Amino acid sequence: MPVWTLYGLKRGVVTNPWPQGREATQGGVQGMPRFHPERCKEGCRICADVCLPGAIRIAETKNGERLSLDYGKCVACQMCTEFCPHDAMEKSEDWAFAVSKRADLVWDEAFASLPAHELTQKIHSAFGRSLHVRHVDAGSCNGCESELQALNNPYYNLHRLGIFFTPSPRFADLLLVTGTVTYAMKEALLETYNAMPEPRWVMAMGTCAVSGGAVGGGYASGRGVEGILPVDIYVPGCPPNPAAMIQALLLLLNRATQLVQGGHFAK
Amino acid sequence: MIGATEIRLSPDELPKVCRTLMAEGARLQMAYAWFPEPGTPEVIYLADRKRLEPFPLLRCRLRDGRRELPSLAAITPLLGWYEREIQDLCGIRFTGHPEPGPLVLHEGAEPPMPPLDPRYQPEQMMPYSPQPWKLPPVEGDDVQQLPFGPVRADVLESAQIVFYYVGEGILHCHPRLFFKHRGLEKQFEGLTPLMGVVLAERISGVDSFAHALAFCQAIESASACQVPQRAQYLRVILAELERLYNHLHYLGHLCHTTTLKVGEAQGKLFEEQCKQINGTFTGSRLLRGLVMPGGMRRDLDLSGIADQLCVLEPQIIDYMEELETTNSHLDRLLTTGPLPRQVAFDQGASGPIKRASGIQRDLRWSHPYAAYRSFTVDVPVRTEGDAHARSQIRMEEIRASLKLIYSAVDQMPTGPVSAEVRPAPGAEAIGWCESTRGSIYHCVHLDEAGRLARVKVKSPSFSNWRVFPFTVHDSNMMDYAINEASFGLTMAGCDR
Repeated sequence: MPVWTLYGLKRGVVTNPWPQGREATQGGVQGMPRFHPERCKEGCRICADVCLPGAIRIAETKNGERLSLDYGKCVACQMCTEFCPHDAMEKSEDWAFAVSKRADLVWDEAFASLPAHELTQKIHSAFGRSLHVRHVDAGSCNGCESELQALNNPYYNLHRLGIFFTPSPRFADLLLVTGTVTYAMKEALLETYNAMPEPRWVMAMGTCAVSGGAVGGGYASGRGVEGILPVDIYVPGCPPNPAAMIQALLLLLNRATQLVQGGHFAK
Repeated sequence: MIGATEIRLSPDELPKVCRTLMAEGARLQMAYAWFPEPGTPEVIYLADRKRLEPFPLLRCRLRDGRRELPSLAAITPLLGWYEREIQDLCGIRFTGHPEPGPLVLHEGAEPPMPPLDPRYQPEQMMPYSPQPWKLPPVEGDDVQQLPFGPVRADVLESAQIVFYYVGEGILHCHPRLFFKHRGLEKQFEGLTPLMGVVLAERISGVDSFAHALAFCQAIESASACQVPQRAQYLRVILAELERLYNHLHYLGHLCHTTTLKVGEAQGKLFEEQCKQINGTFTGSRLLRGLVMPGGMRRDLDLSGIADQLCVLEPQIIDYMEELETTNSHLDRLLTTGPLPRQVAFDQGASGPIKRASGIQRDLRWSHPYAAYRSFTVDVPVRTEGDAHARSQIRMEEIRASLKLIYSAVDQMPTGPVSAEVRPAPGAEAIGWCESTRGSIYHCVHLDEAGRLARVKVKSPSFSNWRVFPFTVHDSNMMDYAINEASFGLTMAGCDR
């Protein structure tokens, strides 16, 4: 019969030390498309036509048609990057899209630097560097759960960062919500939130929780957490990869910087 | 419908024809309804009779305002849930149904008309005021009730399970599912087939590729499109990659429930390594955004995959052998949650669950699609039907998947990866796929403009959730988590 302790020891340390030192190895994983408005052609609406969640829309303005882009609705399906004939939508590996203000996910032509957010300061003083998380699946496709579960595998090993999933909302600091918030899950979600002690925070994980994404709306499916609970961090992605999830958790703890402002991703 | 042999019949002929089909050895697979014209629903039953034979399909139109059909649940119990789903979503009553309550829509959901009726406004959220759930009466001395969920411990999908128990023994287990019902089948309506793929990938995240493949194959049948050989081979590799990371996760998760911590860590590390291989070679850890009607969205160079898997393979084989010789692990699996063959057959068990209970069936072998015709597909089978047999089936399938990937990489043809698809107006077709968890069928009806009029998704977790409680009754609390993990169910696929 195998001695599992020895089996484990023999295999050594496999954990990626990111964010200390090495890069998060998400090599090759495609993220949100990069937008180059200067390449757009007047009257072309191909990208909007192949965007199922409606992240890309054509809006009429005084100066003619303008393209609006909301990363909070983007499911990174890559349709726009493959169908745009002018390369205005470019494939990228930009995945760390967590933001604390929803507006930061919307493409803003006149990108103005926004003031640093106070929230992260507050939470830092309240909890030091540890965080207990209660996850609620409010109607996801289970892609987000698959990647959330990956956070506890030996490669990401979330515990090393002082972040833990807890079974009881009574011990939780953060409510991490996935899914569109279906009609049947709404009450359970609210009850879980109400069972949490204050101060408490809410994270909308995945495009479904941010805006409903590709499966929002209809007779049973909601359009995300907004308007139901006060959201502190939005993490679009379909699903966000485990490194993006860690980046979002660290952003809440003021241990990472927000990389997206006005829809622009800064590396 | 393309892919099936149709039998059109009147409502009164249904029970007789169903009995005849079953006497010929057929097994009903599912039933659904749609509205070819507003106000005139049609109920469709799909069966599976012989290997390589088109699926028998019963079609029954309800005319003149009729909204009733005789229930077939007493003849073939697996239809019980499908009939209740039709009742909730299409407003058709089934007379003589043994358990006629609502299933998919919770008590208190009051849509002004059945949500799948084409007159129902797609954007209209139905009114809902939560009502107490009607539970079966279970009486006796010392019987206690334990509601568990819908928000459960760990990172799990939402579902509620009510246990009636005495001490450690579970008398009865009553799952309440469909908390995650998102009304996806309605959301397909009006989309172009290309946009339909993006939606199909989001039915169940860990079965993204299988659902997208079944959907695309339905559209391709409806268009009489010949998918290029290279795309067919790529599809086989990608489908097996999905099986691989899912099964490795399954083994790790099973160790979690038997508290074999190192085994859990190792299984989930293998899963991570496979997902990283997916990410490196395809751009998506969950294999999304790759397949489209007519072939593949872009050509992929997967030749390097075999080298990477060759490094992992001996480690995986060694890991599985270690698991199979760990007494503490095996003690918890052997004889846990036994599912007899007859129950598996009657209640509609699918995939590894039915193969662990002695039913040797696999769509890759019985109705080959993509390039599976060119390969020998091993269909492992066990007769014990317990949690251990279910895990052994997965282990065998891991070995088989690796073999299939190596052969497909070896024999990869060159050439284009997509062909033109132009579905005939009003065409109807079935697409199918043997996913990690069992058989997936997508029945697609197109309208005159070539857009999706109705898409029915039969998912394996819907089938297996129906079967699961039969293995819980009369078991004990300590085994519940192990038993549930051994089924490898998803909620998203079941609830849709």
